[in-house]
Amino acid sequence: MKIIKNLALGVSFIMSTQLVSAASTGTTLETVSPEADRIALQNFYKKRFPNTELQDYVNGIYAVDADSRTQWEDIEAFPPYEFDVEEGERLFNIAFANGKGYADCFENGGIGIRQNFPYWNKEEGTVKTLEQEINECRESNGEKALKWGKGPIAQISAYMAWTSRGKVFDISIPDGDKKALAAYLDGKKFFYSKRGQLNLSCANCHVQGSNIRIRADLASPALGHTSHFPVFRSKWGELGTLHRRYKGCHQDSRSNPLDMQSETFRNLEFFQTYMSNGLVVNGPGSRK
Amino acid sequence: MRKLTTSMCVTGLVALLATSPASALTVEESIAEGKAVYMGKSRGNCISCHQINDPDANLPGNQGPPMFAMAQRFPDKRILRAQVWDATKNNPISIMPPLGKHWILSEEDIDAVVEYIYQF
Ligand code: HEC
Ligand code: HEC
Repeated sequence: MKIIKNLALGVSFIMSTQLVSAASTGTTLETVSPEADRIALQNFYKKRFPNTELQDYVNGIYAVDADSRTQWEDIEAFPPYEFDVEEGERLFNIAFANGKGYADCFENGGIGIRQNFPYWNKEEGTVKTLEQEINECRESNGEKALKWGKGPIAQISAYMAWTSRGKVFDISIPDGDKKALAAYLDGKKFFYSKRGQLNLSCANCHVQGSNIRIRADLASPALGHTSHFPVFRSKWGELGTLHRRYKGCHQDSRSNPLDMQSETFRNLEFFQTYMSNGLVVNGPGSRK
Repeated sequence: MRKLTTSMCVTGLVALLATSPASALTVEESIAEGKAVYMGKSRGNCISCHQINDPDANLPGNQGPPMFAMAQRFPDKRILRAQVWDATKNNPISIMPPLGKHWILSEEDIDAVVEYIYQF
């Protein structure tokens, strides 16, 4: 199996008291500039981890922590998600009761299109994710929706990602579309806002705290967070979707987590994937 | 006369409360309690971010500075306590949770953990 990797190994730094200014543009519709935000975030990591190549951020924590990378490479030699990709392909190709299938719902028969998600849907005025459209495809063909976090939906998503490996994310925010920009901004604010009893933002751990130990855990850089989902996580012992992970991390701040595929989580995925524009699809992935 | 009795009763009650459990802890008990707060995942969980030179500190994190030379660096214990009570006062984007302000720990727990780290 071809795994996207780059042998430039990361060096870890301890910089806990450094002030983080990765959110360089504003938090209002008038002042926010997604492209400037993306460049600022990438520059932040370039400075923080000068030995890590940009393309390597699709590998999460393993892009910056040499120790855990070796273990992970051993795991990837016999990928734990292999069965799920095969099962996903089988599920993808089973026809619905009405004779149609997933291939009829997506561009290019659903093959090699993972990099186009999530995207701004102007007609519906909302961000659409791949998992959301998998379920919409089912429902519009008279089938029941699947559960969001794991199982068949993650397997189908894994197969679709598998057929798209190496394709470049290029999420766009249509020029002059204020609603699309507002969705991006909602995701950005969610990422940087402190919340919960522990008063933690996503950025606390994944920007300023990235690759610094919280007990025995190392949080990954936020860049590339969305590239490799769904993920086979050893702790879960199975495959799970991005929104399952969002829910868990949201809960870790001692908050009541939002629902998977809620509008704000979709906006968060929109923001995070935009930040990763230029990186490639390498899902499904495996993580500790 | 009636008023006087009531106020005497109140004074008595206040006096009773003032000598109730928290202040009855000896320094050793307070330090032992503080250690439990420091290590406990569902309590302070300080160990997840701060190294400390205690042989029982297993797999500490390093998000924050090590607990070292505390008495020298914080001659005024109240400043140390204030840092634990609300770290966002000094650094609004601090990853350190505001343990007192957000009612993560009780005031007694905070006193105890301050006693514990003050030895290092
Ligand atoms: C208390 C620290 C902490 C907070 C707060 C936190 N995370 Fe995490 N997160 C982690 C750790 C530790 C991991 C596991 C290691 C890793 O990053 O892969 C993780 C993993 C992830 C992953 C999977 C990364 C991968 O490569 O597969 C994503 C995505 C993620 N977090 C997003 C978020 C978002 C979004 C938020 C805010 C809602 C958030 N996190 C808040 C600590 C945190
Ligand atoms: C999630 C991480 C985290 C947790 C949990 C945490 N801290 Fe901190 N702490 C930090 C960071 C980071 C700093 C550095 C200053 C800043 O950024 O606010 C700090 C600073 C401090 C300081 C000032 C140290 C100095 O040398 O100036 C003290 C004292 C302290 N913490 C005590 C505690 C105690 C006691 C607890 C538990 C009751 C605790 N911390 C829990 C992250 C944490």
